[in-house]
Amino acid sequence: MELLRFLTAGSVDDGKSTLIGRLLYDSRSLLRDQLEAIEKSSRKKGDDFLNLALATDGLKAEREQGITIDVAYKYFSTPKRKFIIADTPGHIQYTRNMVTGASTANLMVVLVDARNGVTEQTRRHSIIASLLAIPHLVVCINKMDLVGFSQERFEQIKEEFLQFSGKLNIKDITFIPISALQGDNVVNLSDNMPWYEGRSLLHYLEEVYIESDRNLQNPRFPVQYVIRPETAEYPDYRAYAGMVASGIFKQGDAILVLPAGFTTTITSIDFYGKQLPEAFAPQSVAIRLSDNLDIARGDVFVDAVNPPRIGQDILANVCWMSSDELRPGTVLILQQNTRRVKAKITEIVYKIEINTLDEIVGVGALKMNDIALVKIRTAAPVLLDDYKFNRATGSFILIDENTNLTAAAGVIRG
Amino acid sequence: MSSYHINYLDALEAEAIYILRETAAQFENPALLFSGGKDSIVLVHLALKAFRPAKFPFPLLHIDTGHNFPETLQFRDNLISKIKERLIVRYVQDSIDKGRVKEETGKYASRNALQTVTLLDAISELQLDACIGGARRDEEKARAKERIFSVRDEFGQWEPRMQRPELWNLYNGKIRKGENVRVFPISNFTELDVWRYIEREGIELPSLYFTHERDVFERDGLWYPDSPYIHREPQETVVRKKVRFRTIGDMTCTAAVLSQADNVAAIIEELIKAETTERGSRLDDKRSEAAMEERKRGGYF
Repeated sequence: MELLRFLTAGSVDDGKSTLIGRLLYDSRSLLRDQLEAIEKSSRKKGDDFLNLALATDGLKAEREQGITIDVAYKYFSTPKRKFIIADTPGHIQYTRNMVTGASTANLMVVLVDARNGVTEQTRRHSIIASLLAIPHLVVCINKMDLVGFSQERFEQIKEEFLQFSGKLNIKDITFIPISALQGDNVVNLSDNMPWYEGRSLLHYLEEVYIESDRNLQNPRFPVQYVIRPETAEYPDYRAYAGMVASGIFKQGDAILVLPAGFTTTITSIDFYGKQLPEAFAPQSVAIRLSDNLDIARGDVFVDAVNPPRIGQDILANVCWMSSDELRPGTVLILQQNTRRVKAKITEIVYKIEINTLDEIVGVGALKMNDIALVKIRTAAPVLLDDYKFNRATGSFILIDENTNLTAAAGVIRG
Repeated sequence: MSSYHINYLDALEAEAIYILRETAAQFENPALLFSGGKDSIVLVHLALKAFRPAKFPFPLLHIDTGHNFPETLQFRDNLISKIKERLIVRYVQDSIDKGRVKEETGKYASRNALQTVTLLDAISELQLDACIGGARRDEEKARAKERIFSVRDEFGQWEPRMQRPELWNLYNGKIRKGENVRVFPISNFTELDVWRYIEREGIELPSLYFTHERDVFERDGLWYPDSPYIHREPQETVVRKKVRFRTIGDMTCTAAVLSQADNVAAIIEELIKAETTERGSRLDDKRSEAAMEERKRGGYF
């Protein structure tokens, strides 16, 4: 059974929470005590139906305001897959929370209200999906019951979306007409839309091919932690623990240690007392080497034959997440995998208008939730993998040294 | 490439090991909060996978309410002698004796809430900068919102509206002195995933999780163990039933379920057919809709 992580985007009015409630309810993931709690809250709010949207909002403030502020993670499974849903907020002032949910997702479900068609929010959410290189996008055209289950309306919105999404970097886009409230095409195909020949949303989520979402081509192993027992039984044992970020490592492989540039050989891949012939992304293992070298957390093992570029000048898209403005010259800490280095923002090349994808030049400072292309100079070399090809190593965060807060998410443009 | 398929339990395990190693690398003085419940037992198993053949780079910390099931303590001590790791125990009774907290009284009296003070005192006494816990996001809706590295201020408080964005698997554990981070490596496991993992790995558990005969009484549709720590009303009559526990907390806040399941496979079977969540048998969550959120804000696990 595979694991699929997806996020749902769209405003509350688009029926996002209802859709999640519906998926949980119809897959029997909501149990009696949870349903009772929802019933109780529904009655309190004066709803005369089981308000499935109440299954998702977790914080008191969210329930009071009827909006989603922060990402909530929800779980359900079918015999085919286990699913992790990141239920993310739709409002522009919570873009950073949406980016959080999107960063780990293989797929995004974006909801469009059939009455309103493609809106500014639809565009913004899709642009974020594109910037974060989410491989699969499902556009759910919701509330089909309110437009008479009209095929014409569905086709019209699909056309509208495709016109705009041509500019985006999303490989796989699917359109499904649904009614989250009534359940049409969510789990079961709807009798109300016999003209629709595709799969139900759940069926699609179970079947979409995700094996190739992982990068298994470019071996990268960021060293997390050095395991040295220093006991009588293991006096000289030294293994480098970490998660394979991408690619495959085999026992006997020649590797390069970056940024130092040593070449060495893998003598053993250890996992809980066993030696593995190979390790691949995203396995957590411990690697032993033939040479005794000065290697520490933050170093990266890569393929010796076809190594990545390293350097101190980065061109990257960043989403600024702090309430303090970002101006050129600001020094932050850049964390890439297990490595932290000082980094200075040298230039804001342009800001991206996230409702239209327009590039705005001459911007002096970035505010919270802004997305921009920036130039960064680091104090020491870092990997320069293009995020488009390697989500695990092409990403980084920026940390404010004074507040320790995570101030930005960044993706490297190669 | 299909031979590089990764099963969901392997993916969850790899993620948890990664998080444990990040904790060891990013903090100077972490501890693993061990309650004797299945989730913390799974954490210990994952720590063995993350760090062996070396010792754990952190001790286990048990906040003992004094109302534990004897089986839990027995299990804890056996486990510690088997894995030869360091265990630190801090007692709620000491916090009561020192006047730091006041014992609750009445029908629903529990030491569950009092643990928070003992935990916060232990964090400051031991100068812990990170506490690894077995909480899962599927347990409760406030937990569904929590980060994997969840920062607490110097008063141990969680501020859900001010959480740091958490991107990819780039965890930011940078904090000021006095603050600490709660780390949740099995955030993405569900109750069923935990049981399937226990089954696959052959992890041993306290006997309480399996069916046994016990003196219990019924209250609000749940079965409570008859014990000197639980106030029983005169009309609540004790009967002997075959029960097991779905969660093991303090005796005063954990109810049993009627069950015939005497092995892990039978428990999984039972869970698949279950009609309520495991927290349905936790009295502490039934206090109000935001019960968990409020306790977490105050510094609870």
